[in-house]
Amino acid sequence: MNTLVYIDHFKGEALPASWEAVGVGKTLGKVTALVFGAGLETLARNAFEYGVDEILLADEPDLSDYRAELYAATLKQAFTQHGCDVLLFPTTGRGRELAAMAAIDLNSAVLVDAIALEANGDKLTVTRPIYGGKVLAKVTSSLKPQIITLRGRAFPKPALQAGKSGPVTKIVAGTGALTIVEGYSTAEGGVSLTDANVIVSGGRGLSENPSLHPPAGLDAKQSEIWRAKQGFGMLKEMADAMGGAVGASRAAVDAGYVPYSMQVGQTGKLVSPNLYIACGISGAIQHLAGMRSSKLIVAINKDPEAPIFKLARYGVVGDLYQIVPALTAVFKKRLAK
Amino acid sequence: MKLVACVKTTPDTTATVKVDNGKATWGDAPLVINPWDEYAVEAALQMKEANSGTVTAISVGGEDARIALKHALAMGADDALLISDPALANIDPQAVAHILAAALQKLGGVDLAFFGRQAIDDDSGTTPAQVARLLGWPALTLVSVIKVEGSSLRVERAIEEGRQIVTAKSPAVISLVKDIGEPRYPSFMGIRRASKAEIPSWSLSQIGIPAPSNGIEYLSLENAPVREVVCEFVTGANPQEIAEDLADKIIGEKLL
Repeated sequence: MNTLVYIDHFKGEALPASWEAVGVGKTLGKVTALVFGAGLETLARNAFEYGVDEILLADEPDLSDYRAELYAATLKQAFTQHGCDVLLFPTTGRGRELAAMAAIDLNSAVLVDAIALEANGDKLTVTRPIYGGKVLAKVTSSLKPQIITLRGRAFPKPALQAGKSGPVTKIVAGTGALTIVEGYSTAEGGVSLTDANVIVSGGRGLSENPSLHPPAGLDAKQSEIWRAKQGFGMLKEMADAMGGAVGASRAAVDAGYVPYSMQVGQTGKLVSPNLYIACGISGAIQHLAGMRSSKLIVAINKDPEAPIFKLARYGVVGDLYQIVPALTAVFKKRLAK
Repeated sequence: MKLVACVKTTPDTTATVKVDNGKATWGDAPLVINPWDEYAVEAALQMKEANSGTVTAISVGGEDARIALKHALAMGADDALLISDPALANIDPQAVAHILAAALQKLGGVDLAFFGRQAIDDDSGTTPAQVARLLGWPALTLVSVIKVEGSSLRVERAIEEGRQIVTAKSPAVISLVKDIGEPRYPSFMGIRRASKAEIPSWSLSQIGIPAPSNGIEYLSLENAPVREVVCEFVTGANPQEIAEDLADKIIGEKLL
């Protein structure tokens, strides 16, 4: 099967799920990468090293910022010129949106957020989590091309083949932009939650350190948030020691401790790191839905009955203000390069 | 401004969803407005309050769809519209997008159509972009801040790398993330008004489109595999001992 894979990137830096999609494409046959943007020589080189056979490159200043309508039109042109049996996207914000639009533009359907893929002849069956991962649905479509988005970290990243190269075909950008990009504001620094290998998450309990004394002049709510910020700072230190990211429960976000962008759960981010350390998180069902596919789950909680322990491989019943700093010190020592 | 909030009825996030005889079931857990769609209604109400206008809630579905519409009315939407037709049993999200696009056109003069980022039952998250594409309107998805500047909209969109700041002209489709602000609770008066409201229902022939066909074939549903883990509790004489033991175990899994 001929597969087009959309390489999602930000300013020339690919999101890892793009390469995972290339890997999936390779299991189906020839992979042609769709690379849209401006100043993308390095990205194009990387794509070949991850196993892409050919690149359709739209490299123009007009495409320097992702704009849904313009990128969708460019994608439609690429499809019209090149054709394909399968069109793969990583399930990123941009990938999901473009896949949805491609399904309209190409009179097909889109199967979103696959965690497994099965080929029966030239028809692909997708397994996708629904109801926040509580149920797995098997879906397919007879419409062509088959458009599928693949969940990040659900498929292996292909091995890098240094120096590999291939043909690049230039294509022109589509038209029909409906937005103007004024700029960006960056996320709070650090590793992105959905890409992280290690996530250290905190709950409401992070505001309860009795040995901290908030500065004078804060009211009760301000003191609580101040305490929580110290608590999340402690988690950040442990995450940093492992090159990981910090997440939070909905309760911690709703209480105003940390921004929504850090929320893990059914109405937050769905994550599947190698290691998930839940600190002071009891494990509400909607939180579990967001992190249950993590490879190794560790829970630290003062309540031995907390539901989080039902998912955890290792647990500590105790005071996280004592355990976390001790654990951070050990990780710093043991993981130092 | 003519504002529309597109809403859906789903099981509550706390529902224990299980597959029974090939169908998803949730026991006696309540049906609610899709939690993401509360943000769509909230954003529409905020926009009305800042710029005047009307807010209409629309839902595609059967009788259950009225639950989401009543909630939107109770929050403060001016009116509600149900699109219901026997031909619409088990339709896929793209078919819903076709119907909503046609309904928005039929309503006419709509400035902004608000959506939640996704429905927590199907988890597709594709409908806002597809409705925008079908109408030829800008798709302003995953929006956290909206400002009206003259005839332009300026929005901040959540992207993996932070936020993208974008301007566009209405009419437009906007899907919301939580940062738009906590959805208001329905007031007592709102609940009373919603319970008495007669919600009109349109059939597909009233919108003037044939029943869209499903592109997605649903083959089977199964329960997500239960994690077979038994938690091993790490204990020790003091935090240092526990930390050493736990770190040994974690590092021993060779995942770092």
